[in-house]
Amino acid sequence: MNESDAIDPSRRDALVFGRDLLLGGAAARWAGPSPAQAATANDPQAPVTVKLTLRVNGTAKSLALDTRTTLLDALREHLHLTGTKKGCDHGQCGACTVIAGGRRINACLSLAVMHDGDEITTIEGLGAPGHLHPMQAAFVRHDAYQCGYCTPGQICSSVAMLEELRRGIPSHAGADVAAAPTATPDELRERMSGNICRCGAYSNIIDAIGEVAGVRT
Amino acid sequence: MKFDTPATKNPIDRLAVVGQPVDRIDGPLKTTGTARYAYEHHDAVAHPAYGYVVGAGIAKGTIRSMDLADAKASPGVLAIVTADNAGPLGKGDKNTALLLGGPKIEHYHQAIALVVAESFEQARSAARRIHVDYAREPGAFDLARARDSAVKPGTGKPDSAVGDFDGAFAAAAVKLDATYTTPDQSHAMMEPHASTALWDGDKLVIWTSNQMVAWGVADVAKTLGIPKEKVHLMSPFIGGGFGGKLFVRADAILAALGARAAKRPVKVALPRPLMFNNTTHRPATIQRIRLGATREGKLTAIAHESWSGDLPGGKPETAVDQTRLLYAGANRMTALRLAELDLAEANAMRAPGEAPGLMALEIAIDEMAQKLGIDPIQFRIANDTQVDPEHPERPFSKRRLIDCLNVGAEKFGWKARNPRPASTRDGRWLAGLGVAAAFRNNLVTKSGARVRLGKDGIVTVETDMTDIGTGSYTIIAQTAAEMMGVPLHRVVVRLGDSDYPVSSGSGGQWGGNSSTAGVYAACTKLREAVVAKLGLAGEAEFVDGRVRAGGRDVALADAAKGGELVAEDAMEYGDLAERYQQSTFGAHFVEVRVDAATGETRVKRMLAVCAAGRILNPKTARSQVIGAMTMGVGAALSEHLVVDRNAGFFVNHDLAGYEVPVHADIPHLDVVFLDETDPMSSPMKAKGIAELGICGVAAAVANAIHHATGIRVRDYPITLDKLLDRLPPSTDA
Repeated sequence: MNESDAIDPSRRDALVFGRDLLLGGAAARWAGPSPAQAATANDPQAPVTVKLTLRVNGTAKSLALDTRTTLLDALREHLHLTGTKKGCDHGQCGACTVIAGGRRINACLSLAVMHDGDEITTIEGLGAPGHLHPMQAAFVRHDAYQCGYCTPGQICSSVAMLEELRRGIPSHAGADVAAAPTATPDELRERMSGNICRCGAYSNIIDAIGEVAGVRT
Repeated sequence: MKFDTPATKNPIDRLAVVGQPVDRIDGPLKTTGTARYAYEHHDAVAHPAYGYVVGAGIAKGTIRSMDLADAKASPGVLAIVTADNAGPLGKGDKNTALLLGGPKIEHYHQAIALVVAESFEQARSAARRIHVDYAREPGAFDLARARDSAVKPGTGKPDSAVGDFDGAFAAAAVKLDATYTTPDQSHAMMEPHASTALWDGDKLVIWTSNQMVAWGVADVAKTLGIPKEKVHLMSPFIGGGFGGKLFVRADAILAALGARAAKRPVKVALPRPLMFNNTTHRPATIQRIRLGATREGKLTAIAHESWSGDLPGGKPETAVDQTRLLYAGANRMTALRLAELDLAEANAMRAPGEAPGLMALEIAIDEMAQKLGIDPIQFRIANDTQVDPEHPERPFSKRRLIDCLNVGAEKFGWKARNPRPASTRDGRWLAGLGVAAAFRNNLVTKSGARVRLGKDGIVTVETDMTDIGTGSYTIIAQTAAEMMGVPLHRVVVRLGDSDYPVSSGSGGQWGGNSSTAGVYAACTKLREAVVAKLGLAGEAEFVDGRVRAGGRDVALADAAKGGELVAEDAMEYGDLAERYQQSTFGAHFVEVRVDAATGETRVKRMLAVCAAGRILNPKTARSQVIGAMTMGVGAALSEHLVVDRNAGFFVNHDLAGYEVPVHADIPHLDVVFLDETDPMSSPMKAKGIAELGICGVAAAVANAIHHATGIRVRDYPITLDKLLDRLPPSTDA
């Protein structure tokens, strides 16, 4: 791949591949009635809706949501940010991990109305094909994923987790809760254990995170 | 193209792209959340309605009545689909139970209704307002109790016998007769079964998370009673399958029916707590193994019998398959028996047959080696065979089990192991090393592809092959790049669409080798078209975006100057798989620590050595193996669908109760691939790898636990309660 016209090969791959699968910008080919058309104005049992604003990936998004809507479904179904995944909807798998106000949370366990005005960072906010976040690039290099479904959650979780380490938040894996924690492989494994990967990429995920954290795993 | 003679030198052998550890081409999409899965096609479908599935609350019986009034009156409800109003439905060829039950209920959480509403919240809320009156019937839910009623199944090859097992076993100097159990297990893939469906006139357009696009089209059509041509099925990304998405499931059928009823696009995902009892699972087994050997350690008698259960019309878990092929021994028998159980449908999960079969067999081999006082690696080597033991005229195409064991022993430091169980302490931990052989048959199946050479010189591959995390996108791109002599970034791969040629699909570790062989066939045809178009003569070489033949050197893209060139072909197979036994081999090495006080087991080190033909991409192939090793640790230590034998369902039906390994359970994993090609397998000279990786892992863990503690546990998973009362006396280290 030493062609004179070659730019960053990983970026080229992404562009050629992405163009094909993303159908970027094209209008939906099929559509149901829009919610406005569908709403029956005089329905006494109509869901209780609340207006709120989420600051998602640096952009304010105003929404009127059924109060039962989770942060996860607000992101996926209302903002169409489907990078955040629904694996269990019960806080058991971590696929829906996003960063809210600097902390990683399971978006499925949080109602959207609880986040009015909050800063939410999703996988789409970390990087995009061609402009990968260092953690995203490390996941690609280390093949730290297989099916890709837990991957956005693993990446969001790991980015926030390294920040927790920097802030000195202790974990079960540390020998001394009073001492500053370090990014040992066991620390990383302990702190990432809320993110299940059924494909079993754990060994590579820890290698990828370790590389970003600057430690040998 | 037909593959009926062993492969000779071909363009793949250049290995400029194939065989290289390149990053996945879909990596930037997966790591940025821009790969779209079945529930996420907002780009193509705006404002879909939401379907919520209701599962049966009994395991067996009938629905006396279903009161839909409250649910229908719930806000936002557009339609409710039940067996009563869905119209006549067929049953897919690959399904055992109906995907929409009622009035008869065949298993717990069988889908009985779909509520379609404007929003997910409304559909979920209304689903809880469906009132069902059931007439419950007693069912069979306990394999141990049903064992005596098990029968010889009518499909496959339930029995085999060579020589005189009974006589040889009776006469054997050293004998083992032991029974092992493996529990029901769940695929528990991260993406729930999910579909988005809409009707475009009389044509169904459906995105569904499915490993086998053509099977999916056939069974959707059959179930709905429409022609296959009226089904457009797409599955470009799949959030894990492991066999659980080989078949069309309720989400797909109900999304289609819901879309028809609501006259809207509808999307449906199975709620996680519904998945374990609604979909398929790996069934529990009871396995009796008898081994007879000479004092010198030669096996003379091998018997393996397995019992499993399934719904009426179902199939057995083929847990004895590997025992027919793995070790030499003149006198042998195997038998599969199938009991009727009223649990959810039993079916394929990663390495069906071999995975649970080796969980038992490879403990038995370890036990026999211990009885004989022979090192378990040497015992396996002494009983190796280079021919099919049941049909000695059939040699293995390639069989390097001994190399796998020896290379692994060297790399893992096996020599330093004290063979005496419970002999090694590491502080409060009991330390142990275990080994097991890995074996999984190599399957090849017809696979097609279409390849386009565009005016811009871009090569585009289209096939209905799927990528379930295996790396299909990447190895198919590597194959096309190698064949057409272009760099990887000049190849576009389109997968998982029923508009494309029918491929092998993903399952049984046949997908990688078979689908790339199909791409090889299509590229061979495209090369011929290029040569003809350019008017070249003689043997052509495709390198560096150029075509060289007969002293001429032309840009590949020139062949498409006048318009895109398109070639389509499929690879089909002759009888090489009958003449030669094609299998993949490996050896798993595990080091464990068992807490001397609590019996908690931790895996400290693991190594897999694999011999599986040419490795098309060492990076993605290694991922397949470490993933399988991880699932094997789950099988050894924690995974167990617990059956409520009265109510008849799996109790722990979510990801909190069904314990799969997490980060903290898995150390750094090592994998070695032996340098090998298998010309009997395909022009790629590759074989399967994705299932070999799990085969034998759990037994290697079990054997390591035995070595650490001296306790032989024959019932999986090996949880601490099975060790606690037998742990060696504490030295209070």
